[in-house]
Order: sequence, then structure tokens, then C-alpha cells
Amino acid sequence: MDQITLRVARYRPDDEETEPVLVDYDVPLRPDWAVLDGLNYIKDELDGTLSYRWSCRMGICGSCGMMVDGEPKLTCATFLVDLAPGPVRIEPLANFPVIRDLIVDLTDFMHKLSSVKPWLIRQDEQPVEDGEYLQTPAQLDEFKQFSMCINCMLCYAACPVYGLDGSFVGPAAIALAHRYDLDSRDEGDRQRLTILAQPDGVWDCTFVGECSTACPKGVDPAGAIQQAKLAAAQEAMKSLLLPWRSR
Amino acid sequence: MISPLEARYYRRRMPLLWWAHRRSYAIFVLRELSSAFVALFIVELLLLVRATARGPAAYESFLDTMAHPAMIVLNLIALAFVLLHAITFANLTPRAMIVRLRGRRVPSRVVLAGVYAGWLLVTAFLAWLLVAA
Ligand code: SF4
Ligand code: FES
Repeated sequence: MDQITLRVARYRPDDEETEPVLVDYDVPLRPDWAVLDGLNYIKDELDGTLSYRWSCRMGICGSCGMMVDGEPKLTCATFLVDLAPGPVRIEPLANFPVIRDLIVDLTDFMHKLSSVKPWLIRQDEQPVEDGEYLQTPAQLDEFKQFSMCINCMLCYAACPVYGLDGSFVGPAAIALAHRYDLDSRDEGDRQRLTILAQPDGVWDCTFVGECSTACPKGVDPAGAIQQAKLAAAQEAMKSLLLPWRSR
Repeated sequence: MISPLEARYYRRRMPLLWWAHRRSYAIFVLRELSSAFVALFIVELLLLVRATARGPAAYESFLDTMAHPAMIVLNLIALAFVLLHAITFANLTPRAMIVRLRGRRVPSRVVLAGVYAGWLLVTAFLAWLLVAA
């Protein structure tokens, strides 16, 4: 059977390694195998100590993101035949600290996600007996694209602004904030815009646009950030012209 | 405080020439650079206005300076960058701006066509001004 070489970054601090090294593994090149299947083959057959994250194998959980030949990719959705003849370079997601092998630390991203309050904010909660907050299909369409995010962080790995300055809130978090701002059931726009207008918020973005190119779900975080900039600027103008309106 | 575990993390740094490693990054840096040429055009326009205000002699000497081959080459390069700036800017508009007409979202192709139509209109008006003069 045909083989393909996976050139995998290994970082084993337990073995006194101070920086990652690339190790070659030959795996079967099968037409139905994604990069993740190749990694699973290494783990099962060649070297059980290889560490990486995955779960759903179907582009839903967002845990299998890695750099494949230098590009941020979901390894379960990137097929080996498309990368033949290889060798295929597999490294941990760029711009994040590496814990071990292909595993990066997510803590920073988790903090950023919650910092933009990605949940429905209401001035008055409607009692449960009154039922759900209703929404028309048109209202759903307003934000649906931005709700498709699977938190895979490929956009952060593609973003040079985040790479240069880790304090930037970043694409997915802003896209998610924008998703709630556009939701007809939500009343938290101003709270979130205040957060996003701060230093390290939307204005750090220089519209490189690579986040949207990298996104496997068509979320277009770059578009969301520019729309949020526009909304933040309008809000600032309003409170300048109508100061009594702001609380 | 970082924990002993975090102390062992491997932290990568962006190389100084990070934008040279990828085509899309390089194009982005060119686009950023193009702002300097947009500024140059504005400065030239302001100088022209000043020369005009100072009378025919100043105006003629301004024209002479601008007719220098080095100035023409510089302005041609500047024009290329300003066009890159304008076109990339126009193309990004539909993603940054959601336009609604009577409560309906205008498709991004239509927004884009609108931007270019506006550009064409202004250019035609300026050309007409020049020709009429
Ligand atoms: S916006 Fe796209 S690339 Fe970024 S985390 Fe969400 S799904 Fe992944
Ligand atoms: S394994 Fe879940 S997205 Fe790839």
C-alpha cells in the first residue's frame, strides 16, 4: 500500500526537551484518511506517546486544529491524498503556548471568550411561565452565520495581530460578541460594545482578513470585527451628540 | 505567577519578518504601506492649493516641480499604490457594512456594485469638470 510521511512536531518537556523536534513517521496513504487518521495510526501502531487532541472526527467539536504544512487546519477535515506526496509537516496551532507535542494551552482563549459576555443579556428576564423568547426566521438569519463557530481557534493561529500582541481579544471572541449583539432577544449591545471598544478590542484589528480565510465554518470573523467597529463608532458618536441618552 | 507546569510551556515568537513568509501577509503589508502614498497625494493637493493662492508665479513653479521626471516616476508609483488601496478598500466594504433597504438586507454584490458605481460617478464628474474647463 502507498505510504506518506508525516513530519510531526514533538515537544516532550518530561524528557528534558527544551524545544520541539520534528520526527518522521510513515503512515498508509488511504483515500479516505484525513491527517487525524494518520495521527491515530501513529498513536496506535508506531508510538503511543504522541499527544494531540481530537474528539468528533467530523468538524464539529473544534478540538483537532493544528498547523498542517504551515496552515491552520482541522486535521479531521484535511485529507492526506490532497497533501501527497508529502512529507506533511504537522505542528501545534500557531500563536499559542505548547504544553506537549501537538497540544496547546487554551486558557487565554477561554478567558477571552467569557470576557465578551457571550450569552443573552436581558434588562428584564421574562418569567419562565411566559414561555420562550420568540424569533422569526429573518431575525435568526441576522446572526446565524456568526453562531456557526466551533471554537477551533484556527482564526487565532492565522491572526498576525494576535501573534504579535497576545492581549488582543481576537477574531472568534469578537465574532461571538457580534452574534449576540445581532440577536433580537438580546439587550446587551451596549455592555459588549463598551468591552469591545477598549484597548485590545476591535480597534487592534488591522483587517488582515486571514482569520476568515482560515475559518472552516464560514463564520467570517473579520467581517464581524469591522461591523463591530462600525457599531462601536456609531455608539460613540451618539453618546457624544446625545450625552443625556447614555447611562 | 505562573505554575511550574506553565513554566515548561514552549512559547513561540513571531519572526521579525513574519509578513515575508506568506503571500497574503505580504499583500496586507503592501496595503498598509499604501496609506503613506494616499497621504502623499493629499500633501501634493494641499501644496497645489497653496501655490494657486499665492498667484500665477507660484503656480507655474509648482507645475515645473511636478513636471520633473523624478516627480512623475514617484507619482506613478504612488498612483499604483493608491489604486491598490482604493480597490481593496472598496472590495471590503460589503463585509464591513450591512445595508438594509425597507427592512431587507441588500446582497453584498449589490452593495459592491453601488460602491463602484459611486466611484465611477465621481470620476466622471471630475473628468467632465476638467474637459469643460
Ligand atoms: S471563527 Fe471560525 S476559525 Fe475562529 S474559532 Fe470559530 S470556527 Fe474556528
Ligand atoms: S475532531 Fe472534532 S473538529 Fe476535528
